[in-house]
Amino acid sequence: MTATRRSIIRDGIAVGVATGAYGISFGAISVAAGLSVLQTCALSLLVFTGASQFALVGVVANGGAPLSGAVTALLLGTRNTLYGLRLAPLLGWTGWRRTAAAHLVIDESTAMAVTRETREDARTGFLSTGVAVFSLWNLATLGGALAGEALGDPRTYGLDAAVGGAFLALLWPRLRDRRNKVTAVLAVALALGLVPLTPAGVPVLAAALVALAVGLASRTEEDPTEIPGRDDLATGGEHG
Amino acid sequence: MMWAGIAVTAVGAYLLKLAGLSIPATVLEHPLVHRVADLLPVALLAALVAVQVFGEQQSLVLDARAAGLGAAVVALLLRAPFIVVVLVAALTAGIVRML
Repeated sequence: MTATRRSIIRDGIAVGVATGAYGISFGAISVAAGLSVLQTCALSLLVFTGASQFALVGVVANGGAPLSGAVTALLLGTRNTLYGLRLAPLLGWTGWRRTAAAHLVIDESTAMAVTRETREDARTGFLSTGVAVFSLWNLATLGGALAGEALGDPRTYGLDAAVGGAFLALLWPRLRDRRNKVTAVLAVALALGLVPLTPAGVPVLAAALVALAVGLASRTEEDPTEIPGRDDLATGGEHG
Repeated sequence: MMWAGIAVTAVGAYLLKLAGLSIPATVLEHPLVHRVADLLPVALLAALVAVQVFGEQQSLVLDARAAGLGAAVVALLLRAPFIVVVLVAALTAGIVRML
């Protein structure tokens, strides 16, 4: 194995360890939202895209229907499609390899693959990061879920407030951009305005319309698809 | 119902990932698609923050969760890592409730 390859694998494992911390919060928050440990672990194993998982349990925690939570989660999951478009020519996989690799298309594995110069290195970065994050994210989810269950009533420890903190931390790195700031403010206003008028779950879904409206209204072509940089990951950007 | 929500999310999330690896890049090349896809997480996460902190079923309330959110903002301004932000939000809300 070459030195480059070893260092790519080492980086992938480091990113995996860093996301373990989010996994613990996810596990605890999910159980606090009323999901069982089994349901919580099923989400990390089968959905495996952090922001979407947080969104589903967040909507449910607030009294929303699981299906409106699922739609919110899937809207957040659309960015993985764009990552896939970027990755496909780099990885060059077809058939069963592509079918298996798809599950690992997330923020971290994309960031650690798109910066490579050769296909071999891109594949190594993608796989080492994807497998490391998958393993540690799931282990951490189980740990967090068991801990959350042991803590009991989430309100006592403010675990219900942890959900808002988690979403804000996921949103924070995106707020540097002015258009994103405008979008966030409009989304908050619309969602809060709808809370008294609509069933739980709907206000968040309606915020998707803000994204569409701002997207239609702004004409600038700068700001291509945001792939989180490796710096963002090192400082704890988000797990997606 | 919860399991149905999990199943829909799991199948949908996987298909969204697989679609990216499988469909020709030109299908989604329109700049509007990219802009909206970039803005979607921002809008949804911002709405989730607001509803999580100020929503209680169908009413708006100001309680210990708002204090938790304020503490989370301070933690983020101090560049605290994700887990610290979450813990600070939870502990602050827990302490405010005890007072």
